[in-house]
Amino acid sequence: MKNAVGREIPDSLLAGGKEVYQGKNYMDGKYIQKASPRTRRYEKPQESKIVETLADALRQCGARDGMTFSFHHHLRDGDYVVNMVMKAAIEELGLKDLTIAATSLGSAHDPIADYIEEGKVTGIQTSGIRGRMGEVVSAGKLKTPAIIRSHGGRPRAIEAGEVHIDIAFVAAPTSDCVGNCRGIGGKSNCGSLGYAMTDAKYADHVVVVTDCLVDFPNMPTSVEAIDVDAVVVVDSIGDPKKIASAAARISQNPRDLMMAENVAKVIASTPYFKDGFSFQTGVGGPSLAANLFLEQYMDERNIKMGWAIGGICGPMVELLKKGKVGKVIDVQDFDLDGVNSINQTPGHFEMSASQYANPANKGAFVNKLDFVVLAALEIDTGFNVNVLTGSDGVLRGAPGGHPDTAAGSKCCIIVTPLVRGRMATVCEHVVTVTTPGDCVDVLVTDYGIAVNPLRPDLVECLDKAGIPHVTIESLKEKAYSLVGRPDDLEWEDKVVAVLEARDGTILDVVRKIKPYTLED
Amino acid sequence: MIHRPKPERFRLRRTMMFMNAQKPGLIKDAYIYGCDSIMLDLEDAVAENQKDAARFSLYHALTTIDYGDTEVIVRINGLDTPHWQEDIRVCVAGRADGIRIAKCESARDVKTVEAAVEAAEREFGVEVGRTLLMAALESPKGILNAYEICSASDRMFGVAISGGDFRKCMQTTFQPDGVDMLAARGQMLLAARAAGIQCFDTVFTDLDDSEGFEAEVRQNKAMGFDGKSLINPKQIRLVHQVFAPTEKEVRQAEKIVRAFREQSAAGVGVFTVDGKMIDVAFVPGAERTIKLAKACGMYKGDL
Repeated sequence: MKNAVGREIPDSLLAGGKEVYQGKNYMDGKYIQKASPRTRRYEKPQESKIVETLADALRQCGARDGMTFSFHHHLRDGDYVVNMVMKAAIEELGLKDLTIAATSLGSAHDPIADYIEEGKVTGIQTSGIRGRMGEVVSAGKLKTPAIIRSHGGRPRAIEAGEVHIDIAFVAAPTSDCVGNCRGIGGKSNCGSLGYAMTDAKYADHVVVVTDCLVDFPNMPTSVEAIDVDAVVVVDSIGDPKKIASAAARISQNPRDLMMAENVAKVIASTPYFKDGFSFQTGVGGPSLAANLFLEQYMDERNIKMGWAIGGICGPMVELLKKGKVGKVIDVQDFDLDGVNSINQTPGHFEMSASQYANPANKGAFVNKLDFVVLAALEIDTGFNVNVLTGSDGVLRGAPGGHPDTAAGSKCCIIVTPLVRGRMATVCEHVVTVTTPGDCVDVLVTDYGIAVNPLRPDLVECLDKAGIPHVTIESLKEKAYSLVGRPDDLEWEDKVVAVLEARDGTILDVVRKIKPYTLED
Repeated sequence: MIHRPKPERFRLRRTMMFMNAQKPGLIKDAYIYGCDSIMLDLEDAVAENQKDAARFSLYHALTTIDYGDTEVIVRINGLDTPHWQEDIRVCVAGRADGIRIAKCESARDVKTVEAAVEAAEREFGVEVGRTLLMAALESPKGILNAYEICSASDRMFGVAISGGDFRKCMQTTFQPDGVDMLAARGQMLLAARAAGIQCFDTVFTDLDDSEGFEAEVRQNKAMGFDGKSLINPKQIRLVHQVFAPTEKEVRQAEKIVRAFREQSAAGVGVFTVDGKMIDVAFVPGAERTIKLAKACGMYKGDL
């Protein structure tokens, strides 16, 4: 069945009432029955919940074949915990048919690819999938299709019971002996633990894994001991160098700066750019540099940013310290400036993934967002964005908060160079739709700006401000004139990943890529 | 092959951005930054044993990349090198809009280049006179001969000072108030205006000193320069901002041009606009303001 972004979704995936994507806000006003976990009572006072090993913790939580284990991705590419836990479960306890439900996965988790090939890990639910794991899943080696969700779609699915977490593993930079966790104060700090919060509330069992045990009570807590079954102390939960960069630097690349300047110009031309406006930006070159130019416009018009959300890094913390943004609400930190500021700098708060982006709750921050500036691997003439699959059709990215912030914000700006090497970023059809075009408003490239025709009001704003813009078709043609028009990818029928829209409908599928052979 | 329109001798040239002709990554789409002219360099940016490679890169850029409205000028090697003749052949064959003569010191230098350009135009079947020239003055002698240089050829559209070499000759260094080159800038401006051609200031090399850069650009504008040479795209915005006319100037210019057209049609030579006496002498300045305003996106009227 074809969905609202023109993608053919196999009927077999629509069993059990699953629907195809119908457009923005389709589920608005519907009711959900929230799931509740079945948790163990710890009525008798306990001195400590510390157990010796991960295997002990797994046994204590009744780990068995077919279970779903959840993880957060705050340690990013420095994470050791996913591999450690899966090794204990599979190699020490001999478990199989396991599903990993992670908020995201990266190349740090390459070893999991072996467990997929051995059939020990049979399900993957995640936002991001990269490296070897992306390759083996794309090659059709995972028993069930991987389910890819946005950062808001995941807590929605958990609350609706579509994902039932048997054991949540919380990698914690610090914990006390009963499992009060924080993302700071230890040796592998990550700042916010926002992505672990919903998991801990909805999992049947919660195991905290830390490398820095601190005195009780570890306050203010990010994940609370009231939800924790066991605490395991390990030598190291991750590689600090890969958890958070020293400081996110603003790009000096003239191309990035030019695009960033145009992003700021577009923002400043809209009616939403007024005192108290709200903003989210990524850490990519031009996205982050937009901060710099935006600040100039704020100074010029003598206005301040009301609040900012998202993945947070140094430049935003700087704005907070200078008093140019009122509050920073933080689901994840990208650099040490962000890590060291959360809950320390007045006005810098932590939030959960659900509070950040869940489309089914009653007050997600993304819904109050004026502007979001996002990157893209590809964007097509329908303004659909792909941030998941590469030009070879292999899984190597993450929707993250992209679809959530795009849908919630009043003005979603995609900033990307027109071509990357030999690849056209602006194209006829993206490989995979991860953010539907009806949520994307403006595209800023190094070769020009295009406004989504669904937003004639923004067209008027740009015209009024004298900002030149062109059609997205002309940008696509320019891209193809520079690097050529690529042949279509060739797929087999087998679906290797299902891309869920944030509301739970099916936005797209990723199929097994046909091995490429040279013609005689 | 890209067909560039015939170059316009007197066009808007607020910003001329230098880039190494040998760097495909830079020159492939340098027009996207919005400078008025790009200056593809065969001279100092290119190592001595890479001159040939740079010419190939330049030729292919000129013939395959559509630079649109952005003017494309090439800085050739000095007349005291073995490279300049071949540089000129490549520029003309590729239909560059103009050639910048490095280290120009006399009218004879201009005429030498002009002769080689004309020969190349005939060789490659290019309309004779198509290729424009500008001169870079880099020495005291060049400055002293500025007027004869500026008026040496009908192909000459402008003259620029090159600060690095000039300061060395003068045994001085960069001074924030511009006193190091005050006399030279002044002399060159006088010569250019007397010859009726454009005049451009040198590059500002400290990319981190944005205040110093702004001060220099403001001084350039106040002295009457047409534009400035740049070394980085991030310098473009400020120059365009500083050189932009004010809203009031644009309104005034529009009134002058309209009033002049009406009055001259009615046979009146001198008239008043907002209480100020206006005659034909004010018109070119007013028209220039309108042109600038259009380039800055400030004027959308029908003039």
